[in-house]
Amino acid sequence: MTDRDLALKSFALRRRMLRLIHEAGAGHTGGGLSCLDLLNVLYYRVLNVSPQTVDAPNRDRYVQSKGHCVEALYTVLADRGYFPDADLDTVCHYQSPYVGHPTRKIRGVEMNTGALGHGLPICLGMALAAKLDAASFRVFTLLGDGELAEGSNWEAAMAASHHQLDNLVAILDHNTLQITGHTREVMANEPLDEKWRAFGWEVRSVDGHDYAQLTAALTTPPPKGKPLFILAHTVKGKGVSFMENVAKWHHGVPSEAELAQAITELTAAEAKLKEAAS
Amino acid sequence: MFTPAAQAMAAQLGLKPGRANLEAFAETLQTLAQADRNLVAVTSDSRGSGKLAPYGKALPRQIIEVGIAEQNLVGITAGLAACGKKAFGVSPSCFLTARSLEQIKNDVCYSNVPAVLVGISSGVSYGALGSTHHSLHDLAVLRAIHNLTIIVPADNAETRAAVRYAAQATRPVFLRFGKAAMLDVTPAGATFTAGRAVTLREGRDVAFLANGETVVHALLAAALLAEQGVSARVVSLHTVKPLDTATVLAAGRECRAVITVEEHMLTGGVGEAVASTLLQAGLAPRFKMVGFPDEDTVTGAQADLFRHYGISMEGLAATALALLGR
Ligand SMILES: [Mg+2]
Repeated sequence: MTDRDLALKSFALRRRMLRLIHEAGAGHTGGGLSCLDLLNVLYYRVLNVSPQTVDAPNRDRYVQSKGHCVEALYTVLADRGYFPDADLDTVCHYQSPYVGHPTRKIRGVEMNTGALGHGLPICLGMALAAKLDAASFRVFTLLGDGELAEGSNWEAAMAASHHQLDNLVAILDHNTLQITGHTREVMANEPLDEKWRAFGWEVRSVDGHDYAQLTAALTTPPPKGKPLFILAHTVKGKGVSFMENVAKWHHGVPSEAELAQAITELTAAEAKLKEAAS
Repeated sequence: MFTPAAQAMAAQLGLKPGRANLEAFAETLQTLAQADRNLVAVTSDSRGSGKLAPYGKALPRQIIEVGIAEQNLVGITAGLAACGKKAFGVSPSCFLTARSLEQIKNDVCYSNVPAVLVGISSGVSYGALGSTHHSLHDLAVLRAIHNLTIIVPADNAETRAAVRYAAQATRPVFLRFGKAAMLDVTPAGATFTAGRAVTLREGRDVAFLANGETVVHALLAAALLAEQGVSARVVSLHTVKPLDTATVLAAGRECRAVITVEEHMLTGGVGEAVASTLLQAGLAPRFKMVGFPDEDTVTGAQADLFRHYGISMEGLAATALALLGR
């Protein structure tokens, strides 16, 4: 799949995710839109895992530490063929296995997450398991920038370089917003590149909506012995004008009219991209 | 740990001196790890306290150090277990079950990975060091989490068996070990089954339902009571969860009085588990819970605190006599 194919797919994924959140009456809209391109490139281009190899011992592992953006994950997994698209209609429903945070009951989900600051330590354990077995699989996690205030991330950041886990990749969905507002106002965390470098990581700063940049950063191996930190600059609410960079869309649910407008915008942008390339 | 009278009683009963359960744990784990390269221990600067220094020397590739970072310890242990490793996360119980409780709840129990968590120097093993180092809350908080087998072995034999059980378990297990030298209370030839209590002595007047390092004191108390014509049953309720309700109910039905004994707060411990089991079955024997009351816990050596709170041969015998109205 070319960069353009992935970019085109992202419009359909965004529409599907917004419909899902609208139907469920709950969800994390802004963060879902900001990490959707990251998931798209991971599942279609980077991760060595598929619905056929979901139990293979040497598959790549992906653990979504920012578990609240589960709607984006479910949408991409369904599109990738892990389960039928119709299952998405049950998200957050009574007794549905499609809970509002990732669980291993769902095909393709590696660990139950939702409390913040848990994904990176778990991924360290997985990366250590690969090293112990001399296995070639890589381990990926997706962090939120608000989440970085959890101290457990920094315990893990220290231990990852100590153990030279160059098979470990942490991707930061750096949309600079969290539920209360701008991250610099809630709990300032910059300069993130210097912090992670100081903890011994290889840091790569990319546009988190640029497929070429993401692919290069995620597929080029880090220096030997260094864990890899992808500082992905993203836009919360990406792709929908009235949701972009607006903190209230953290878990805002689009109304019927808002959904229709979002879909119109996404479809127009999709048509424009198709036209430009043809 | 024992008064001269208790020591004499132990000798009379032929109870052989063993080692600390923690030492029996470390030795068993090393034996298992030598036979299974898939087994790994994870430590938080705790290999010395966990008696795992020889293990670390013998099997450096099968021990992972995370530094003083218990949240990371549990997350890493869960990640290892999720990738097929038989991972034992070993850390003082006071830190393991408080600071990293959320990791235990989510990463291990909710995610349902077969990780083993080992709370070392539990209860008041560090009694003189103050409440920061007491783990008298651990069983209460862990009991309230779904999908965790909780085992508190009484002696070296139960410890060895519990470690072997945990190493082949397919679901999360928590083990709790103290660091005082134990007496062997398990009868020769006894089999260990997780979830099934061991009756160490039969009796009909009163039943001591105890676990961990308190069991031996109940056994000595039973012998002392026998001298006074009181027949006391002693049960090692080594598995706190799932509780062996059949054995608990049998005690409630067959004995006039039931006394629970634990190195734990009375709030949320095995005593309350036993009480709720008895009451819900319509049984109401005379009942007393011995353990640590809800107060600013006294500090001192474990033996001092046991005596202070009535966990001793003399204290438990007196409690039984009072409960029986003698
Ligand atoms: Mg954010």
